[in-house]
Amino acid sequence: MGLRQLVDKIKPNFEKGGKFQAFRSVFGGFETFLFVPNHTAKSGSNIHDCFDSKRMMIMVCIALVPALLFGMYNVGYQHYLAAGLDGSFWELFGYGFLAVLPKIIVSYLVGLGIEFTVAQWKGEEIHEGFLVSGLLIPMIVPVGTPLWVLAVATAFAVIFAKEVYGGTGMNIFNVALVTRAFIFFAYPSVISGDAVWVADSAIFGLGADIDGYTQATALGVAATSGAAPAWDLNMVWGFIPGSIGETSVVAIALGALILLGTGVASWKTMLSVFVGGGLMAWVFNQWGNPDNAVAMMPWYQHLALGGFCFGAVFMATDPVTSCRTECGKYIYGFLIGVVAVLIRVLNPGYPEGMMLAILLMNLFAPLIDYYVYQANISKRAKRALKSK
Amino acid sequence: MSLFSKQNMEALKTPLGMNNPVTVQVLGICSALAVTAQLEPAIVMGLSVTVIVAMANVIISLLRNTIPNRIRIIVQLVVVAALVTIVSEFLKAFAYDVSVQLSVYVGLIITNCILMGRLEAFAMANGPWASFLDGIGNGLGYAKILVIVAFFRELLGSGCLFGYQVIPQWCYDHGYINNGLMLMPPAALIIVACIIWYQRARHTELQEEQN
Repeated sequence: MGLRQLVDKIKPNFEKGGKFQAFRSVFGGFETFLFVPNHTAKSGSNIHDCFDSKRMMIMVCIALVPALLFGMYNVGYQHYLAAGLDGSFWELFGYGFLAVLPKIIVSYLVGLGIEFTVAQWKGEEIHEGFLVSGLLIPMIVPVGTPLWVLAVATAFAVIFAKEVYGGTGMNIFNVALVTRAFIFFAYPSVISGDAVWVADSAIFGLGADIDGYTQATALGVAATSGAAPAWDLNMVWGFIPGSIGETSVVAIALGALILLGTGVASWKTMLSVFVGGGLMAWVFNQWGNPDNAVAMMPWYQHLALGGFCFGAVFMATDPVTSCRTECGKYIYGFLIGVVAVLIRVLNPGYPEGMMLAILLMNLFAPLIDYYVYQANISKRAKRALKSK
Repeated sequence: MSLFSKQNMEALKTPLGMNNPVTVQVLGICSALAVTAQLEPAIVMGLSVTVIVAMANVIISLLRNTIPNRIRIIVQLVVVAALVTIVSEFLKAFAYDVSVQLSVYVGLIITNCILMGRLEAFAMANGPWASFLDGIGNGLGYAKILVIVAFFRELLGSGCLFGYQVIPQWCYDHGYINNGLMLMPPAALIIVACIIWYQRARHTELQEEQN
């Protein structure tokens, strides 16, 4: 029996008057997740393809897979390196998989739990927005973040950054980044410093317990020690400590290709983030304080390290919280890059500025759009006056 | 009119609930953010404001027929400033530690919108007894929100209440960490917002009409 037949067979139970009618929004959520819904517009003429927002979200999840798999492998790699153990590829990957999987489960359980509850409570259709956020959240935290912190932060972000604004598509701020920002400000000890970036305990016999091992991220080292780590191709491949999904430029580039190839993300935003960041880093190289190690870091190193690539590809391009106008996307992306490098260089307390830069520009995106609209309106008004 | 007429009791009671200066009129937010990291200063602040609003209301109400309309704001300010100075000196004399914690915020009661709001809106138009009750009501309404906010901020932010540790040590031993965000002013905004959310969800008449 095909999946479609199975869904059709159990469907009557969930419709009005059925046995489980209380759960019809949950059922609807799963049905439309599996199959493009057949609903058509009741008025006017609407033409669109089958690529609805659930399909779009799934595409983003697929694009995240390379970075996620590499992140898992890197968690194992860093742990084995720190413990001084030798392990096969599968041991390393298996260790990382077991370390990351609980985070993914917690993030989805908490986030979807709240979304389903709210949808059920309000009698609305379940929105698909958390599909991507739920995968992003475990990828932008260090491996040492406790699960309960992740759960509290996810609940906070879903309620206060999303549901209070009206749910999926209505949020001002990127939900995954709000989760990270909450952890960053509420529990700074589990997301910054030098003790959280490498897993330090054995899981199911894999790996070993290592006590008191500390290893800061490259940006953390640059911010605190006064000397930036030398350029190293591992910074591109991603064999460095960092948040789970953010380290590998190559894996993120694969995801970027998928996003751009399918047209899900805007190349304008993505490109201008890199241009903005690169330009700002270059400006600091030329005129910055020579004693500031982060200011003197070459521009390509700024772009490769930390969450810059991950933020540019997966966060800045979020269609809900970024600019909607084509011209606005250039401005929005450019300013994200500029602000991210500004924070990194000028605020030693925050070695990584990407999260705050994107959240800040999320706030300004509607304003940028507004002025782009107004500029267009006045341009056309002038043209109309001229032709009279 | 009797002392505890319906009207007078309303002046005392509505600011505690349906016309709360913080959650409904959204006044006095700045000090609500500043002094609520712990319960003790929040309570002292709430009481100070209550005393000052009540006294200022009474004095302005007594003077209201003699104050020229064009200089009424400056007269109100002088009265409030005098009272704030008295309270500030009193705190320095009898509760020095708390007054150090509250630092400039006692002095800044002068600029608390609730004070000028009550003087302008109520004391200038009502008798001294009603004004006194109105001042007590608004001060306590403000204090009530301050205490709720400070309760959650101190509990979640430092694991204490009135400086005594209430979250047991074994929680910390098992990995519990105090929420640092709660010690920052934005947390007070979030908690005030939650209180407003709760109040409006319960009393739908407080919600604006949707358009």
